Amino acid sequence: MTALAGTGRLAALALRRDRITLLAWGLLAAGVVASTASSIRGLYTTLAERQQYAATVAADPASAVLGGPGFGLPNLGGIVVAEMGSTLLALVALAGVLLVVRHTRTEEETGRAELVGSAAVGRQARLAAALLVVGGVELAIGLATAGLLVAFRLPVAGSVAFGLAVAGTGWVFAGMAAVAAQVVEHSRTAGGSAAALFGLAFILRAVGDSSAAAHAGGPLPNLSWLSPVGWALQVRPYGGERWWVLGLLLTAAAALAAGAIVLGTRRDVGAGLIAARAGRLEARPGLSSAWALAWRLQRGGLIGWTLGVAVGAGVFGAIAHDIRDMVGANPQAARVFAELGGSGTLVDSYLAWVLGLTGIAAAAFGTGAVLRLRSEETGVRAEPVLATGVTRWTWAASHLALAGLGIVALLLTSGLVAGLVHGLREGDMGHELARIVAGALVQVPPALVLAGLAMAVFGIVPRLSGAAWLAVLAALLIGQLGGLLRLDRRLLDLSPFTHVPRVLGHAVTAAPLIWLLVVAALLAAAGLTRFRRRDLT
Amino acid sequence: MSDAIEARGLVKRFGRTTALARIDLTVRAGEVHGFLGPNGAGKTTTVRILLGLLRADAGSVSLLGGDPWRDVTELHRRLAYVPGDVNLWPGLSGGETIDLLGRLRGGLDRRRRAELLERFELDPRKKGRTYSKGNRQKVALVAALASNVDLLLLDEPTSGLDPLMAEVFQQCIVEARRAGRTVLLASHILAEVEKLADRLSIIREGKIVETGTLSDLRLLSRTRIVADLGQPPNGLARLPGVHDVEVEGSRVTCHVETDRLGPVLRHLADHGVRTLVSQPPSLEELFLRHYRTAPPAAAVGGLR
Repeated sequence: MTALAGTGRLAALALRRDRITLLAWGLLAAGVVASTASSIRGLYTTLAERQQYAATVAADPASAVLGGPGFGLPNLGGIVVAEMGSTLLALVALAGVLLVVRHTRTEEETGRAELVGSAAVGRQARLAAALLVVGGVELAIGLATAGLLVAFRLPVAGSVAFGLAVAGTGWVFAGMAAVAAQVVEHSRTAGGSAAALFGLAFILRAVGDSSAAAHAGGPLPNLSWLSPVGWALQVRPYGGERWWVLGLLLTAAAALAAGAIVLGTRRDVGAGLIAARAGRLEARPGLSSAWALAWRLQRGGLIGWTLGVAVGAGVFGAIAHDIRDMVGANPQAARVFAELGGSGTLVDSYLAWVLGLTGIAAAAFGTGAVLRLRSEETGVRAEPVLATGVTRWTWAASHLALAGLGIVALLLTSGLVAGLVHGLREGDMGHELARIVAGALVQVPPALVLAGLAMAVFGIVPRLSGAAWLAVLAALLIGQLGGLLRLDRRLLDLSPFTHVPRVLGHAVTAAPLIWLLVVAALLAAAGLTRFRRRDLT
Repeated sequence: MSDAIEARGLVKRFGRTTALARIDLTVRAGEVHGFLGPNGAGKTTTVRILLGLLRADAGSVSLLGGDPWRDVTELHRRLAYVPGDVNLWPGLSGGETIDLLGRLRGGLDRRRRAELLERFELDPRKKGRTYSKGNRQKVALVAALASNVDLLLLDEPTSGLDPLMAEVFQQCIVEARRAGRTVLLASHILAEVEKLADRLSIIREGKIVETGTLSDLRLLSRTRIVADLGQPPNGLARLPGVHDVEVEGSRVTCHVETDRLGPVLRHLADHGVRTLVSQPPSLEELFLRHYRTAPPAAAVGGLR
């Protein structure tokens, strides 16, 4: 087994390097499981409430997009799986992809792999160690999930089945990432293509499950069976477990791992099976200003965020129509939505909550876009640009302007998508579209405030630039938990999103929006002014 | 001709550490000026003040007749800068980066760009993330050298280049000077500065310790003399400007201040000199003289 010599040592090294990251993934997964299980336990206490949930899901193809096929309903375990299944499966798949790429392709890219490879280490040891560590972590997450679910007094068989399905899904996508890492040269391309495969698998499952719900017993073959994410739910935890489906996950994972190892023997260290695409010989004529550079650097992120927000707004917007039925008879759930989205009809509260979340997403994009300035500065990529005819003002303003325009574009997209989807389902496009777009656009000023804050931090205390993310996190927590936890009014008022007028079901008041815009402008101006005078670090 | 760079009494502090303690630096228009000092001496800080990236705490700077902090755009269009540690945008190809930086400076000589790519053997189609350190350096060098500018500010420009490419770089600097450009060459590679620089300044711990042409500086230093004599050199050690006399049988070794060589040679001739070796100080010795903590003469002697 010389090809695997040193695997154990490399695995130990990986565990040592990533002990914090691995722990964080585990805690994140455990947090999702525990919080969902406990809140579902609290919300659906009677059989009647659970049956109402099951009936709504059964009647609504859209709810299957996130909730899955709904096996195991109306058992409590079935509801837990429907509520958190997608999140947890996405989480373990993402963890598998990121960790495998980090320990395979990234190592080659940085040249560390050569250093390791020159030691007494087998050809396949690095890949084997990565799969061993990631596989172990996924298994640990799966077992912890099962353990937590049992601890919340859910049936043992269903909990174990779901835990293993979670681990198995993680293995499959770790295997896909391992294959991708052999095929392409760049770690980001490898991670991106494996993540895209997860997206495809998720969509196949979503389409399969919702069409299965719409035409129960219909002639269409269930697309869900083409997707590893679908298999995980086809295990039917809490609904008469089908253990053999776990075999599918296991077989696929093993085949992918073996495939990656075989592919790995057919290439050089550092090279991919597909050579990287060459770049342009010369720049396009347009790439000739600081603005063009900022756009070039930010456009990928903006497109990604826009797609993400559009999918989110589409999925959540599609459910809005059914929200009345889903929680209508459950006063506690209705109260939760009123706390999250403000008073008014249940649908309006729900939509306001969804749009509020897209507002936070837009603020996160804006903050990231502004902080790009800082990473350019510390990465010594700002210096060569600022040593040309570009002034500091132009350089900083170009990224700031893209942050602002991006925020508007993201929220407009989310409003349009949610409005179209909801309008279609309500059959009242004219009315719904306009008010939902307006409901999305009122989120622009508070999101701009957070982007402006990032600019101020960057200009005034550049070393603490990362702290701008804390403001985004605080706004998210205040918005999601502030009402439920009955936090002090003054604390709630700290979040710019608290001051947004409720467009849905309420009259718009312009004054707070104008104030927010003024605050955003002042923060941005303060940051820009100070940046023009400070030293570059 | 006027001076391209004129800095007087520059002071820069970062918190409690003083990076520059009253630096004076004069670079004449059209010259290649070597700016010598090890890492951490203050070379990069000085260059960054010249670029208006840092603001001096005290002192005055004039760059191409303007104020580098105030007249950013006008001045920067007339200069090109190569940082010591070049980082490229991972998603842009080398060719795109060269064009972008050139255009931001106000234009690029297309023919020269193609010629430099060939001479530096640089593939411009690769993405920034895939270049090695030396190739990243080449991207910045091509972008700077292909620009039509009056002043080149180069901070350790050959770090990461292999010796062949360093040779190409030196040719390019010679051509730049012939074209009438001014070059400030910050470096710790003595051979490079010795070969290229018309004048040089040596910086140590934030102070300029020497400035002038290489022969000026040599004059300030000591020449090492080794001679084989017919009779003992009595009285040699008492001559002004003679240091560290060592006598081993008929062989004598000493260090002589360069402007005092005449009387010493006459003294040696009077004592029946049979062989004579005289070594002017190399730049390395000049440099080490300022950087050794031991007494200068002993340091120079210890080199052999």
